[in-house]
Amino acid sequence: MGDFPSRSASTNAGGPGVTARHIRSAGNGVSPIPPDDRPPLGGGSALPRKSRFSLETGFKGLSTAAGAMVLVIIVAIAIFLISKAVPALNANDESFLTAKEWFPNETPPHFGIAALAFGTLLTSVIALLVAVPIALGIALFLSHYAPKRLATPLGFVIDLLAAVPSVVFGLWGRDVFSQPVQHFSEWLNKYFSWIPLFGGDGPFGRSILLGSLVLAIMVLPIVTSLSREVFQQTPGMNEDAALALGATKWEMIRTAVLPYGKPGVIAAVMLGLGRALGETIALALTLGTTFVISFNLIQSGGNSIAANIANTFGEANATGRGALIASGLVLFAITLVVNMAARAIIYRRREFRDSAA
Amino acid sequence: MSLLERETSGVVMTPDNIRTRKLPVAIDLGIAVVALVLAAAIVLGAGIGNWVLVIVVGAILYLVGLYFAAGRVEGKRAAKNKIARAMIYSACILAVLPLASVVWTLVSKGAARLDGDFFGSSMNNIGARDANGGAYHAIIGTLEQVGIATLMAVPLGVLGAIYLVEYGRGRFALTVRFFVDVMTGIPSIVAGLFVLAFWVLIVSPWFNNGTPRFSGFAASLALTVLMLPTIVRSTEEMLRLVPGPLREGAYALGVPQWKTILRVVLPTALPGIVTGVMLAVARAAGETAPVLLVAGGAAAINMDPFSGNQSSLSLFVYQQASDASKFAPDRAWTAALTLVALVLILTIAAKLLARRNRLS
Repeated sequence: MGDFPSRSASTNAGGPGVTARHIRSAGNGVSPIPPDDRPPLGGGSALPRKSRFSLETGFKGLSTAAGAMVLVIIVAIAIFLISKAVPALNANDESFLTAKEWFPNETPPHFGIAALAFGTLLTSVIALLVAVPIALGIALFLSHYAPKRLATPLGFVIDLLAAVPSVVFGLWGRDVFSQPVQHFSEWLNKYFSWIPLFGGDGPFGRSILLGSLVLAIMVLPIVTSLSREVFQQTPGMNEDAALALGATKWEMIRTAVLPYGKPGVIAAVMLGLGRALGETIALALTLGTTFVISFNLIQSGGNSIAANIANTFGEANATGRGALIASGLVLFAITLVVNMAARAIIYRRREFRDSAA
Repeated sequence: MSLLERETSGVVMTPDNIRTRKLPVAIDLGIAVVALVLAAAIVLGAGIGNWVLVIVVGAILYLVGLYFAAGRVEGKRAAKNKIARAMIYSACILAVLPLASVVWTLVSKGAARLDGDFFGSSMNNIGARDANGGAYHAIIGTLEQVGIATLMAVPLGVLGAIYLVEYGRGRFALTVRFFVDVMTGIPSIVAGLFVLAFWVLIVSPWFNNGTPRFSGFAASLALTVLMLPTIVRSTEEMLRLVPGPLREGAYALGVPQWKTILRVVLPTALPGIVTGVMLAVARAAGETAPVLLVAGGAAAINMDPFSGNQSSLSLFVYQQASDASKFAPDRAWTAALTLVALVLILTIAAKLLARRNRLS
């Protein structure tokens, strides 16, 4: 396994989490000493006096303000979404959390997020179930199976795919991919209609299955590139030790690579989940826009919070906008929790801090 | 196992028989052919599917056959190893198929309207029966919105990264760092709703006699929210790579810290910072949802990003995709091709620049 140089020999020894030392170390671990923190070197009057208001304090204040801006934005997102959502929620005729239908523009307005939240979770979970095994396979291929001459350009292509806009995947899913998915759905329905997932009697075009598969294709590059980075960081010594004990390549991967990469893979999956939950346009173009809670995957239908916002924003009145903002608030809360959990896992193993972009 | 038996039987050790036995490639191929034929016979004979099912069933039969054949010749563990490898390779093939289809469709369908008219005219006064019409207004919108967003996000992001690397100490810096990471995962539609609630519904009425107004600038604000964490993160990584002795040399010469940062640290890290900015710009250019929510979209050319509806390339794709006209899909695909070309050029240029960077 000499082809895969490991970076982790030095990073392995670090303590848990992001420590103060970690933040301090700028550039090759040599910490710059801010000149102002040093004690006077004797002969005090020989040194120039520190002025109270200098460019230094100004610049420091400016950069601190820029850093704090991030916190300000996150808090502001919560505050402004809540402030616009509350009037609509007060006008709502039904329970926001349990109602399924979405009629915020009528008088009296009645809407609820149950069906939308269900659709969001269902599509994301199916997308991950499809994408994660394949993504891990590709990640292992790139890190341990492919010759280096093939792995580098292939990894480059995967990174490029992560940059393709979601509207392109949505357009492709609606115009091209829906045909084979429809045939597949009809086939599933013909032979497996006794399973409730594949029941119903059509039509079978823009279904949860189509939306989830398009989502899966979109999440694939993210999960792949993060997992690949983690797998590549497996200590070469662990791999060599496993091989020296007589393990086959697969046994080496199972005993050395996968356990080492587990936290990183979990984090990658959760980041993929975050992306899938918030995906808007691809789902707006591929889902069938219904407001029911149903596990049927192949019948036309399905919806998600984000797709609903994109689809119904055009004809929304003031209350309608407030209702959409309220649903966006729910989405914000869900993704915030998922992302914070993922980042917390990544921070616990600081080897991965470089790969988590 | 077989090695030991052979040793005890007193055979001369040659390179051939001290190796463990391998399944010959011919048998491997043979299993594949038999599996495919068998699958075709089952599937087509029973009439339960077409060639796709034949390949799927054939692949499963091949894996099963391979497992037993390799298990007999090479042992169970080696057979598992072979199966794992076959599955990893097939995962790659499975993933490449849809992605290749996306690229192929983009090029073949996108070329239909790749003409001067598309890049030179807007959708103003284009009815459902008109085959012409273009994305000039959308391209203008994308460039203006992303340009303004870059102007806002880059200084803020670079300063934030300077804070994290050079000044930030203790709990507050850790919190900022953590939430920068969390912020990278905020859905673009939430950023759009935030700007809708904050700028379009609350602030813009002040300038517009009390009525809310969409504008390209609002879209820029939303894109800024999306670009900021990406720029902070990439700049931070680059600043950390600047060698400490460079800073210490400057301090030793009596240069104050702010000047050291501006004159020594930033220039050293500049290529890496530019790479990060370009990646963030590429990501922002492809965002649809925020533009849909706060810029509104428009059919005519609107050069002024500060007032009135504006479109963008990605929004143009979305709106043409939902349009009922039979000419709309062509326009949508050509716009998608333009958008992908723009994004990929930016991304590839950024990655090439990163390769020339001496720091990383």
